[in-house]
Amino acid sequence: MSIWEYANPVKFMRTSGAALPWVVAGAAICTIAGLIWGFLTPQDYKQGATVKIIFLHVPAALMAINIWLMMLVTSLIWLIRRHHVSALAAKAAAPVGAVMTLIALITGAVWGQPMWGTWWEWDPRLTSFLILFLFYLGYMALWEAVENPDSAADLTGVLCLVGSVFALLSRYAVNFWNQGLHQGASLSLAPGERMSAVYRYPLYLTMAGFFLLFLALLLIRTRTEIRRRRLAALLARENRT
Amino acid sequence: MALLIRDLRLATRAGGGFGLALAFFLIVCTLVPFGVGPEGGQLSRIAPGILWVGALLSCLLSLDRIFALDHDDGSLDLLATAPLPMEGMVAIKALAHWLVTGLPLALSAPVFGLLLHLPGPAYPWLVASLILGTPALSMLGVFGAAVTVGLRRGGLLLSLLVLPLYVPTLIFGAEAVRRGVAGADPMTALVFLAAITLFVLALVPFAAAAALRVNLR
Repeated sequence: MSIWEYANPVKFMRTSGAALPWVVAGAAICTIAGLIWGFLTPQDYKQGATVKIIFLHVPAALMAINIWLMMLVTSLIWLIRRHHVSALAAKAAAPVGAVMTLIALITGAVWGQPMWGTWWEWDPRLTSFLILFLFYLGYMALWEAVENPDSAADLTGVLCLVGSVFALLSRYAVNFWNQGLHQGASLSLAPGERMSAVYRYPLYLTMAGFFLLFLALLLIRTRTEIRRRRLAALLARENRT
Repeated sequence: MALLIRDLRLATRAGGGFGLALAFFLIVCTLVPFGVGPEGGQLSRIAPGILWVGALLSCLLSLDRIFALDHDDGSLDLLATAPLPMEGMVAIKALAHWLVTGLPLALSAPVFGLLLHLPGPAYPWLVASLILGTPALSMLGVFGAAVTVGLRRGGLLLSLLVLPLYVPTLIFGAEAVRRGVAGADPMTALVFLAAITLFVLALVPFAAAAALRVNLR
């Protein structure tokens, strides 16, 4: 039993089809329960009710970065071992990642307006998220533009590698350029720094919910891509005969 | 070497687009005062940023020509089968692009600085930062051109792919000039800028060559 078995599309379709209802149910339960729990938490003494935006903002931001990392890993697998499912998974993940980045940016703006008195600030974290969003857009545009699917997978894979390096570089370069307004890490293991358990546990739940949500969307979209690939192959065979 | 001379000759002969980048840079620097008003103090405050963004956009202008013409007449396929490794070919293309765009931009930047009332002490830093930074712009541009070479709608996509990659260079380049204006020590920013350029020159040729191989398959 190894993960490489799922490079076989038939095997992947069978397993993902069986797992999908469970993942969808888990995503729905965790996200809905986490958001309702988060909504019922007491108001923060300083931030008031706006503190509750954290239950959307932090999971979305977390996923935005990790989806790019996942795309990096699947692109590497495609470039090294030429497994088609891997390339299709990277393609399927990109729009989800872009939307997660957008959610993080928008909820951040909605929170920043009452708290910082501004919708947007050229703060290192905010700026690097905007740059990340641009990378997602470029990546998706390249997938759309190249017609041959294998070339498209190769080119986007290379772009993803280069983009990862530069996203990281930009992340630290913007620190040099402007001082931060954004608070530090939301979740810290040091007892003095971390937030109260009242907020922490619902946050864990919504984070799990967003992760499962991403997994469900990823599986659905990858299955769609595989079916589209099969359809194209069928049509090509029809036309030949 | 022969390839470098051929590229330079093609660029400088009629229709090669030599000087186009400079003209574009001049137009950007002319339009900005119309947009923000002609007061000297305001202009000199934003001059470092405008000069760097202008140089960056001028570099972008000629990127889609790097491989497009060679791809159309088939000489790119010949270059690919030549004994010169693809990485070397890509690096030479970047060097040629830099010699006809980046270097003239850097050397003529003081003139455009005058137009924008750039304060006196910043001039050497402006030229130094452009000379250190523009090779990275050319190299990244060659990567973008290699990715989009076979595409019909390549031009717009090229800008979308390449501009986010320019962010670190722009940050440190403009920061160096801004510190020069303020009289602070711009060496830190210049050192970072040089580091990014060296990093790009060392690694990006491999990515560009890989993309080019895919497109020529």
